[in-house]
Amino acid sequence: MSLNRRDIENIARLARLALTEQEIPVYVEGLSRIMGLVGELDRADTRQVEPMAHPLPGQRQRLRADAITETDQHALYQRNAPQVEAGLYLVPRVIE
Amino acid sequence: MSALHDKGVAELSRALQAREVSSVELTQALLERVTRHQGDLNAFISITAEAALAEAARADAQLRSRDAGPLTGVPMAHKDIFCTRGQKTTCGSRMLADFISPYDATVVERLRAAGIVMLGKTNMDEFAMGSSNETSYFGPVRNPWDAARVPGGSSGGSAAAVAARLTPAATATDTGGSIRQPAALCGVTGLKPTYGRVSRFGMIAFASSLDQAGVITRSAEDAALLLGAMAGFDQRDSTSVELPVPDYSAALAAPLKGLRIGVLKEFFDTGLDAQIEQHIRAALDLLRAQGALVKDVSLPNLPLSVPTYYVVAPAECSSNLARFDGVRYGHRCEKPRDLLDLYQRSRAEGFGAEVKRRIMTGTYVLSAGYYDAFYLKAQRVRQLISNDFERAFREVDVVIGPTTPTTAFELGAKTADPVTMYLNDIYTIGANLAGLPAISLPCGLAQGLPTAMQIIGPHFAEERLLNVAHRYQLETDWHRRAPPGYA
Repeated sequence: MSLNRRDIENIARLARLALTEQEIPVYVEGLSRIMGLVGELDRADTRQVEPMAHPLPGQRQRLRADAITETDQHALYQRNAPQVEAGLYLVPRVIE
Repeated sequence: MSALHDKGVAELSRALQAREVSSVELTQALLERVTRHQGDLNAFISITAEAALAEAARADAQLRSRDAGPLTGVPMAHKDIFCTRGQKTTCGSRMLADFISPYDATVVERLRAAGIVMLGKTNMDEFAMGSSNETSYFGPVRNPWDAARVPGGSSGGSAAAVAARLTPAATATDTGGSIRQPAALCGVTGLKPTYGRVSRFGMIAFASSLDQAGVITRSAEDAALLLGAMAGFDQRDSTSVELPVPDYSAALAAPLKGLRIGVLKEFFDTGLDAQIEQHIRAALDLLRAQGALVKDVSLPNLPLSVPTYYVVAPAECSSNLARFDGVRYGHRCEKPRDLLDLYQRSRAEGFGAEVKRRIMTGTYVLSAGYYDAFYLKAQRVRQLISNDFERAFREVDVVIGPTTPTTAFELGAKTADPVTMYLNDIYTIGANLAGLPAISLPCGLAQGLPTAMQIIGPHFAEERLLNVAHRYQLETDWHRRAPPGYA
């Protein structure tokens, strides 16, 4: 299966990745090769098979109690933030 | 008596308990070795000497007051994918190059509580995406058996460090073979437990239905000791399984009489190096001589493991890595024009080429119009592969095959084409897709490079895998061979 330049530009936009002009042909080639490999899946007859939902058969997704367990640690977590002011994360102006 | 750095976890435990050596002496000796070999191997991203010596001093106090467990004072390293409170956790990426973990991963917390001393954080492929450790932002790791060759990946730093006797053990993670493949290429023992056996909390997510934490050691005996401390239910991981943790060490020596071994036909069909095949056949003979029954088994859908994986794993990766937005933590670009520019450039600069390739593959297979054709199709084939294993385990107790198609390859040999690199994991991915435990152990040397076999078992059969591996290691000394120059 082969992807083109426009596919890659569209995927990059969906994935929020800025690509340089030089990168585009590299990803056209790479993703086309990968989707070629993925094409081998057509060999399998899966008409009678449900998609796998969990690696362990019979496991159900556990839900925790709806109770507050976390303490306020925003000062600790914000130490890793690129830009913070008065306890708030700063981003470029969104509304003009 | 062997040198301190040549001793494994169990041996060091005995030496510490008998007070033949203190944890501070041991930690100092290993830190010196880690630092000395950083230039030639690049196995570590952080060396946490100061914290290690403080932990070792605490362990010595516990050992003196007889308030110690079997792992108290034993040093080890953690893959840099596990959060370690107050220390850097980079995941091998520029995105997290300055990230300081605000908390410990459950694995780290449990090992710390058991008295383990952390020497540092090991190098890895970026976000655990790679099979050669060449995608790390911090540079490739070199294989201690031959510096021109790769150590495997993604846990390449952990495997190289254990092989080079820089640390007796290291944590690792396995999404498609990232514990077993580097363990195989470096001549050490690598255990990937059952999905859900070990908590994923605080372990940076790649593909959440496949990721599992495990350990790289020099022997199955050491892996048993560490798994016992790492495993168990964790409220903070929604896929953690509520099952008691057995005493993995207790079952190690059980006789193999009557054990039913399946030889995976599909693994020997094409592309396997002749010497690796020969070494595995010799290992099977040795197990047969101990009373095991060996028969061929066929898993007809197993050859579709790689294409299945390269839909499921990138899909989950694209979703998990969406959290890196340049706002709350991680790399941020200079002077963003607007919010979209901030996202797009922060991610473009923070992620390397392979990570971007996987994010884009995942984005594509999940995008409107392709979801059914690719993602659901892959999850159906995944079910077929899982069914194949289930059928096989009605007839046999474990299956055995190779871990890798070849021995360690040269740096740069497979970087040009992603698919060539992906096919390295052809024998390891099946266990991840089906959530099964598997162990890789060294079984020979070919032109001076380690060869390995892989044992896969049914869900939660870690005891059995460790038992078979230990019995093999009692009869052989491949796991005791050190790379020349690192003995």
